[in-house]
Order: sequence, then structure tokens, then C-alpha cells
Amino acid sequence: MSIVVENATKRFGEFLALNDVSLEVPDGSLTALLGPSGSGKSTLLRLIAGLEEPDAGRILISGRDATAVAVQDRGVGFVFQHYAAFKHMTVYENVAFGLRIRKQPKGHIDKRVHELLSLVHLDGLSGRFPSQLSGGQRQRMALARALAVEPKVLLLDEPFGALDAQVRKELRAWLRRLHDEVHVTTVFVTHDQEEAMEVAEQIVVMNDGQIEQAGAPRELYEHPANKFVMGFVGAVNRLGSLFVRPHDVEILHRPETGTEEAMIEHIVHLGFEVRVELVLGDGDGLWAQITRADAQALELEKGQIVYIRPNRARVFDEDGSGPTTEELQAA
Amino acid sequence: MAARHPLGKYGLRFAALGYLTLLLMVPVGMIFYRAFEHGAGTAWDSVTTPDALHALYLTVVMVAIAVPANTVFGVGCALLLVRTNFRGKALLNALIDIPFAVSPVVIGLSLILVYGSTGWFGSYLIDNGVQVIFAVPGMVLATIFVSLPFVVREVVPVLQEIGDEQEQAARTLGASGWQTFRRVTLPAIRWGVTYGVVLATARALGEFGAVAVVSGHISGQTETIPLWVWHQFQNFNSTGAYAGSLVLALLALITLFAMNVSKRKESSA
Repeated sequence: MSIVVENATKRFGEFLALNDVSLEVPDGSLTALLGPSGSGKSTLLRLIAGLEEPDAGRILISGRDATAVAVQDRGVGFVFQHYAAFKHMTVYENVAFGLRIRKQPKGHIDKRVHELLSLVHLDGLSGRFPSQLSGGQRQRMALARALAVEPKVLLLDEPFGALDAQVRKELRAWLRRLHDEVHVTTVFVTHDQEEAMEVAEQIVVMNDGQIEQAGAPRELYEHPANKFVMGFVGAVNRLGSLFVRPHDVEILHRPETGTEEAMIEHIVHLGFEVRVELVLGDGDGLWAQITRADAQALELEKGQIVYIRPNRARVFDEDGSGPTTEELQAA
Repeated sequence: MAARHPLGKYGLRFAALGYLTLLLMVPVGMIFYRAFEHGAGTAWDSVTTPDALHALYLTVVMVAIAVPANTVFGVGCALLLVRTNFRGKALLNALIDIPFAVSPVVIGLSLILVYGSTGWFGSYLIDNGVQVIFAVPGMVLATIFVSLPFVVREVVPVLQEIGDEQEQAARTLGASGWQTFRRVTLPAIRWGVTYGVVLATARALGEFGAVAVVSGHISGQTETIPLWVWHQFQNFNSTGAYAGSLVLALLALITLFAMNVSKRKESSA
């Protein structure tokens, strides 16, 4: 089911959490709300769920105005960062909760709970209490619980934020596969651009209570609408008015047209990727991302003087909000 | 790590135990001894007189009204304080502690000022045939007053600790406000509620000052066990006074025991 947000505004006291935000989430899509903390992404998600009421604006779920519909009647599945597991209930009872509230017949509940537990790979653990599960297992239980009631939309608020790096990676891939299987319209909130790029089909970048840009991950990376998006989705260096991705910084041994002198301050080896930290003549710093093979071929050393040249760069309007005025492409 | 000095280790324990022995165990032990000084039969007879039995009955009535009333009020009030924001919340929070802060005698006197024959609504109530002061209704009010804060104060920190995400999760899964409270909030705060109930029960059982002021001390009519015990003591019926004290202590122990049993049952389930 599609989600449409029309001109939503939300204040918490003096703080303007959402400022006239409009958004469309297509039916069956997997969308990420990406932004720094305080950008309004969680507020927007909670508004869609009905956990907060907008001060102005409308929320439509599958074409119907849901703004005045209470949370419990909205038909959304919600997954919280800290799982919100019902601690006094077993895994089975947690997943069965929504079905029992709906007074479904016992046999049906039993069948559905076991189906979902096998979907989230918790088959053998139905009798355990949440305190006996790992973080990743708890979050999968929370997902099964949310999916049990067959929600129209699935909303996840920083679902992997409380998990350690390894588990987070696994669950990301798993969420993608799950979405391919279940096809429920899914929106998740994250502050991790890598997570958004890896999981989502559509990314909505938010900042200061507003949407900066929405689009496919590649679109955002290659055609950022403004400085903020360029800096938040992927790494960026500033060279005067130019914005340059670290992998677009070329390192040369001799000066050529368009090169600038720089000193290598530090070299960080990250396996396939090598990060070269440089200082320019005017004291500004930047870094270049090159492959291990390139780094070896160039025989880079700390303290060495090299010449750098941006292969590709962008210039934005002075206030940073306007569209790209220029895209440079090195010859 | 250096071994702890044995004097520090045992000295502290000895001091703690000695303190408790002198201040608690010896006096309570003496009551046991004095109650049975003239044999168990005498003790039993002294607490089964009609007046004593009526006092026991009235004490149970006090607990049976005050504790449920304060439990419902306490849980509701705690939810209000933790889960909502409104003007005057700080004031409500401060008001709840009044029964802790004010001497029971003052509480009794203030009830007389409002409900007594010359009080605010007292005269109106008496004109309509309801006597509050020097009667059971006044004693119930006094008992409710003094045992009011316990459930609120036990439940508030538990509610704060569990947070509201479980409740929000229940709402998104289709539960109404009442269903959420019944199935998620109440099970999560049950031990806070239980402790509050135990403390409120102990206070309601034992309250002397506030109840004494509004009761009128009519034997067989407006005496609870603490008042009856005091009455016996003044009449030089020491066996009755000590045996009555034992009954009170026993009731308190039964409350504690019931709580522990229910708790153990749950953790083994």
C-alpha cells in the first residue's frame, strides 16, 4: 500500500521537528529515511504510524486519509530500535499478541505464529523469554510480531542501531531478502548512509525537519541536489568552491595542468582500500581513496610531496540549497 | 587484592546485628514473652473477647477499603505522573507526599475540621444523617489518607524504568488503551504494585495516631486493633495489650509471606 504525506508539520514545544514535509512512498517499495539526529526522520515515521499527531498536514495510507485514525486501527507494523519486546511474554506470546487482540481462532494463531517464527529463523526458540535472546534474535522476534497482523505498511525506527556491527550487516541483507519475500511497503529510519544505500530502493535525505532530496541511492550519490546531500551521502572533500569525492582525487608524482601540491600526512591501509590523508600548501586537509594496487604502484610514503588533481567535482550555489551549477569533468 | 581485615569484615556485621537486636529484636521478643507469660490460654482468651474481635473485624475493614482504593488511585496517579504532561503536575507530585510529611495527629485533626460537626461539610453531612467523625467512615478516611502514597511511590520508578515503547508497540499491534494497560503495562509493573500494596497494608493495619483522633474510642464500635491495644494497656490489661500486639504482628507477617509465596510461584513457573 502506498504512503503519502502531505505538508506535515510537527512541533515539540519551541522545536520545529518537521517543517511542511511532503513525501510519497510507492506501494511495495523499500524506502530509507536518512539523516542526522534531530533531522526529523523518526518524527516523520512516528507520524505515519500514528504514534504522533501532526500539527498540520495529512497522512494517506493506500489512498485513504489516515490522519485522524488511531494507532491501533491504522494497520501499521512498527519495529523499535530497542525492540520493545514484551518482557513478561515468551517469544510465541509476543508474536501472537496482535492476533490474540484480534480474537483469531487458536488454530489459526498457532499456524501463523509458527510460519512467522520460521520466516525469521526463530523456530526452536518459541518458549524462551526475550531476556534469553540475543539482540539480533530479539529484533527478528519484534519483526515477526509486527508482520503477524499483516500490516499494510511496515515501519522500522533505526532497527539495527542497537546491534553490533557484524549482526547489523547480517540483518541488513536479511531485511532485503525478507522484503523480496513479503512485499510489504517498508519504510525504515537510519542515520547510517551505508545502511540506507545497501538496503533501500529509495532514499529520502532529511535535515532540519525538511526533505533535502529523495531518489534512488545511485541518483543521490551521483546527482546530489545540494551540499548537504553530497556531504551526507558518501564522503566529500572541499577544495575551495569545489566538492570532490575522495575516490575522484588523483595522485601524481609530477605537477601537471590543474594539479596542486600536497604533502602526505598519513596513510591508512584498510585492505582493498587505502586512505591517503593530505595537506595542501594553504594548510587545508583532504583525503584520497585509492586501491591497494594503485597505492603500491605509486610507492607513496608519509611526508612525501605529491600533486593532486580532482577528476570530477561539483560546485553548488553559495547558500548550498540551490541546484548544481556545474559539474566538472577532467579531460 | 589485599585480604580484608577480619575486624572490618566481622566488626561491621556485629555492629549491624547488635544495633538491630537492641532496637528491634529485644522489644519485639519481649512482647512475645509477656503475651504468653500467663500461658497461651490466657492470651487467647484476652484477644477473643467480643470487643477484641470487633476491633479485629474493624481493622480488616480498614484494610479492605483503604488498600484497594489506594491501589487503584496509586496506579492511575502513577500513570498520570509518568506518562502524561499537564499543568500542575509538580503540584500533584508534591501533594502525594503530604501523608508522609505530616504527623498523623495533624491528619486526624484536619479531618475533624472538614468533616466534624462544626466543619465544612460536616454539618451538612450530619443534617443528612451521615456521621463521619467519631464513627467508622472517618476512620476509613484517616486510614486512606495515611496509606495513600505507598502504591504511587512504588509504581512511579518502575513505570519510568520500563519506558513507554512496549505500550506503543501494543498500540501499533491493535490493542486499545485498556487492553494495553491490562496485557502490557500491568504485568510489567506488577511487582511495584505488590510492594506498594504490602507497604500500604502494613500502614493501614497499624495506623494509630490519625485513626485515634477521629475514632472517639468507643469499645466494640470504633476501635481498631491498635486502638484496642492502647486501651488495654491503659486499663492495666497487659496480657491483652501484648497479645493484641502479637495479632497485629502476625497479620503483617501473613501479608509479607503471601507476597513472597506469589513471587516464588511466579519465578518457578
